[in-house]
Amino acid sequence: MMATPKTRNDAAPLLRARDVHKAFGPNEVLKGIDLDVMPGEVVAVLGPSGSGKSTFLRCINRLETIDRGFIEVDGAQIGYKLQGDRLTELTHAEIARQRRHIGMVFQQFNLYPHMTVLQNVTEAPIGVHGRPRAQAVAEARALLERVGMSHKESAYPRQLSGGQQQRVAIARALAIQPRLMLFDEPTSALDPELVGEVLATMRDLAGQGLTMIVVTHEIGFAQEAADRVVFMDGGVVVEQGPPGEVLVNPQHLRTRAFLGRFIN
Amino acid sequence: MSAADRTAGLARPDDPLRDVARAHRPFPWGRVALWAVVLVFVADFALLVAGNESFGWPVVFRYLFDPVVLQGLSVTLILTVVAMTLGVALGLPIAIARMSDDKLLGGLAWIFVWFFRGTPLLVQLIILYNLSFLFPQLSISVPFGPTLLSWNTNDVITPLTAAILGLALNEAAYMAEIIRAGLLSVERGQIETAESFGMSRGRTLRRIVLPQAMRAIVPPTGNQLISMIKGTSLVSVIAMSDLLYSVQSIYNRTFEVIPLLLVAVIWYLAITSILNVVQSRIERYYGRGHDRAAVAADLPQEAK
Repeated sequence: MMATPKTRNDAAPLLRARDVHKAFGPNEVLKGIDLDVMPGEVVAVLGPSGSGKSTFLRCINRLETIDRGFIEVDGAQIGYKLQGDRLTELTHAEIARQRRHIGMVFQQFNLYPHMTVLQNVTEAPIGVHGRPRAQAVAEARALLERVGMSHKESAYPRQLSGGQQQRVAIARALAIQPRLMLFDEPTSALDPELVGEVLATMRDLAGQGLTMIVVTHEIGFAQEAADRVVFMDGGVVVEQGPPGEVLVNPQHLRTRAFLGRFIN
Repeated sequence: MSAADRTAGLARPDDPLRDVARAHRPFPWGRVALWAVVLVFVADFALLVAGNESFGWPVVFRYLFDPVVLQGLSVTLILTVVAMTLGVALGLPIAIARMSDDKLLGGLAWIFVWFFRGTPLLVQLIILYNLSFLFPQLSISVPFGPTLLSWNTNDVITPLTAAILGLALNEAAYMAEIIRAGLLSVERGQIETAESFGMSRGRTLRRIVLPQAMRAIVPPTGNQLISMIKGTSLVSVIAMSDLLYSVQSIYNRTFEVIPLLLVAVIWYLAITSILNVVQSRIERYYGRGHDRAAVAADLPQEAK
């Protein structure tokens, strides 16, 4: 499933978001987001703090509910089902089922502190996907190898550096064999010298055809690894396109102002 | 380097005699003197207690393993274990109910805690024991409908069941608040992460939230258990012959009040000492992955 070739880009979009609105009380954070993501595509979402990019990402796996609009992943509407002409909210158990193949990597890593590295990775495969323990452990070891963390499989998260924790968190998300990976500012909580190892891991994944939506401040990563850059500001998508266009020759004033801060 | 040497004045950094690796610590005369004084007082007091005839040590040792005392001890232990187990088992769902978004569930849990925490245990025990005065019959029936099963209240409420029920309900109220505090202490991000991986609510609670909450739950629970052991002595008012009641029954006959109370004291201390050891084991288990916390759990033992 991870080896979805990019030549399938003419297929149906993996993610479809239409007119997504979200407000926290009187504060309107998302003001109508439209976004399609194709299988195998790597989309970098850029934008200033408070632009709503993290909130939008969290709406995709329903960590946040939305007020208006529509989100669909892999052909299934997230959070609701249409019965006849009645749209009904899904139960917690049904939403849990929808999340089974959406991986997520958090800004603060959020590893389970009471479990070892290996247990962190095998928890969902065994407990949610019902995989046999031996198989889950073997797969987890292979994934830890891939992110360069196999030597720490029996360590506890607190004994690791931030970069190591985030690489374990990536392995943990990969262990559920995700069709879609969400990265919520995966390097923002890291010391500058640790950012590189995490970005290298992500670049590796991007090269292997995993569908990724990456909310980030790393312009360099967007430039090298993303197929498309989406620039958000004030709760809307201001402009989007290949990194070579949006990052090099931005059409909108707000994009230019934002990127200018990084270029200078 | 030469500039640094000059600003250092008399203390030259390259002087090998000034390497702190070879430094000595001054002998702690003050502390040693203090220790000596304290130990003299302690020894004097110990001799005073051991040599004092009024303490009646021979009487203490004669009754320490008396069958009546051991019988009382076993009642105290059984009451504690059963009431505590029921209290925790009942406290967990009450804590979860109090945290739920459901107004009715949360309200009922709140009322339970409000009542059982807000009234003296002694009063609860006496009311429970005299339940037949309020409800002569206990029955299982459809609300406002026919009765399915019925018992005479006095057959159901013996001193033992009244004691267990009273202690357990009271304990459940306190444990519910302790467990709730523990659940609240777990980071919101942990629950979100478990949810984002498609974990069910039950599994999230069991695998992710509770094991982390235990670090905050275990120490006050140890506290509760220890007050429960002593709290069981209240059941003597409803004629349960627990440890305290059984020594009382002996000294009412022999008038050796202090020696027999010492028997009870020795047993209470023996039980709580064992529990202290068990508690620190449990704390170390749930502290895994928290290096600093694990070290902190070891400290009290090293300090002794």
